Amino acid sequence: MIKRVVDFFGDERHARKRRRLFYLVLGLIVIADVLVFREHAEYLWERLPGWSALYGFGSCVLLIFVSKFLGHQCGLMRREGYYD
Amino acid sequence: MTDFVHPGLLFILGALPIPFLKGPVRKAYVLLIPTLAILAVLTMHPGGYGAARFIGQEIMMAKVDKLSILFATVFSIMALIGMVYALHLTHAGQHVAAFVYVGSALGVVFAGDYLTLFLFWEGMTFASAYLVFAQRSDQALRAGFRYLMVHITGSVALLGGIILHGFATGSLLFGPIEGGLGFATGLILAGFLLNAAVPPLNAWLTDAYPEATVTGAVFMSAFTTKTAVYVLARAFPGTDLLVWLGTVMALYGVIYAVLENDCRRLLAYHIVSQVGYMVAGIGIGTEMAVNGAVSHAFAHILYKALLFMGAGAVIHVTGRRKLTELGGLYKTLPVTLALYMVGAFAISAFPFLSGFVTKSMVVAAAGQDHRALVVLALTMASSGTFLHTGLKLPYYMFFGTDQGLEAREPPRNMLVAMGMAAVLCIAIGVFPQTLYALLPYPVDFEPYTGVHVTESLGVLMFTALGFVIFLRALDPENTISIDTDWFYRMGARRFMWLAEKPLARYEKAVSDVSETAALPFLHGMARAGLRIDLHGVDAFVNAVARTILAGGGALRRLQTGVVTHYALAMIAGVIAAIAVFAVAWQ
Repeated sequence: MIKRVVDFFGDERHARKRRRLFYLVLGLIVIADVLVFREHAEYLWERLPGWSALYGFGSCVLLIFVSKFLGHQCGLMRREGYYD
Repeated sequence: MTDFVHPGLLFILGALPIPFLKGPVRKAYVLLIPTLAILAVLTMHPGGYGAARFIGQEIMMAKVDKLSILFATVFSIMALIGMVYALHLTHAGQHVAAFVYVGSALGVVFAGDYLTLFLFWEGMTFASAYLVFAQRSDQALRAGFRYLMVHITGSVALLGGIILHGFATGSLLFGPIEGGLGFATGLILAGFLLNAAVPPLNAWLTDAYPEATVTGAVFMSAFTTKTAVYVLARAFPGTDLLVWLGTVMALYGVIYAVLENDCRRLLAYHIVSQVGYMVAGIGIGTEMAVNGAVSHAFAHILYKALLFMGAGAVIHVTGRRKLTELGGLYKTLPVTLALYMVGAFAISAFPFLSGFVTKSMVVAAAGQDHRALVVLALTMASSGTFLHTGLKLPYYMFFGTDQGLEAREPPRNMLVAMGMAAVLCIAIGVFPQTLYALLPYPVDFEPYTGVHVTESLGVLMFTALGFVIFLRALDPENTISIDTDWFYRMGARRFMWLAEKPLARYEKAVSDVSETAALPFLHGMARAGLRIDLHGVDAFVNAVARTILAGGGALRRLQTGVVTHYALAMIAGVIAAIAVFAVAWQ
């Protein structure tokens, strides 16, 4: 069972199915976020349906590019033998 | 039946027979002690034990309350899991070190006074360093020494703080520190923050953990930083500084994790990030925030150990640790992958896994405390956590480019240990009330609300979307990252350069000058002095001596010893006196 699940995520032949499932899940999450009952919202953004999706995506992109910028342009990343 | 058996001493004393046991007996024994420790923790009652007086101070070996029981519970469970994972080891050394390490961590958790705390604190440092040295590679030995040096520096600060604090308050009992941060409490806090790996005091962790043995790193990931979280929760709840340090720390870890190529170093950066949530929670200091922080420590120990066990298993079977050299292992290691993913989903806080019910409590507490920035930063760090531990690491380790590595599933004991941790990650996620009941304060928090579930899934799955779109930007690169260890690694090198180049050159120049100029001059001076001494001073002294000698000889001739001579002399004297008197009187 484990092997089949793992193969579904690994094998190239399931790529199409995987992608469809992924987009379906993304869609369902946004729909659920719109429909969900919001009891009380502390902050403005909590009232926005789909905010979390937007923030998650934004955070991910920001983290990737800010980190890589710091790594490449600000010299945090060095060749492996740097300390030798 | 006694009320209290110290589980820490059970481990430390229990370590002694390990080298003398062999084969299955040793295996049974190293599992028996952690099991007994779990029983000891489950059956203990709150109270103070082992009170005594030492150098005029009140000492308390063990102070048992809900907070210490919570940490002791997860520590002893983790010890059992760690021992199962390390069961295949043939040498006793690592078992002994792990036992002393766990025992010392438990000693810190129960310590009722600063002296006991410090004693066990040091025990942890030395025992854990062995787990790095046991890797035996040149790289590991160097990292191990750096680890020791940094921790000893931290311990000196801690001890200094303890002594000053003891003098100021007149008591060494360990408890909440009152009256703000002074110099003494600042030193204690610095010692604690170093072990919690709070930037800029974080680099020892990411430097040493990836160099430790496969089984040793699992223990290390669990104990040092979490004992630090415990002492912070005990002594410094509500310290505002910790909120900011924790928040920065949560993001610091994920930023470095993007750059990392070594699989266990990436995970180590996520320890920094996750401990950030705990430090921030303690800093907020409300009941809910402290509950969140310590419950997150509980959950974190289990899922982080699971992740380290997964990465360790891959290193164990492939001998490789860099993401650039791994890939395509899902075909040969499906069970390892599945178990690793449980840990990855747990750390990322997916619903029905442990991280979801604990991390959210910290974030919710920050929200309740009207700290919007902290909420946003911690949510962003959550996204980063899933991005690396849940997506990047498994993708490049198990999927990605197939490197054609020959591998098979790791020894069964490793898989069983991972299975145990995975079951607990799921159990805590599904039945959070069991964990909540152990927390120091009553819990008024429901993790499974509709909004919370959809929001969490939104953040996580759209992070996955970002990952899929920008996958190529995340390709691991064959580099290392400069962290704050640069200062002492390069600093030590600069110092050695200074000693070997300018200082040595200066020393040589000074000795050259003295040899070519100063020494001959001094020789000449000495010779001249000798000459003056011999021909001047000595000659004068000799002449005086000779004159005195001659005068003495002449005088001796007058003293004939014949009475008539003396009588004659006296008569001559009398006549002379009379003559003088007669002439002078006139």
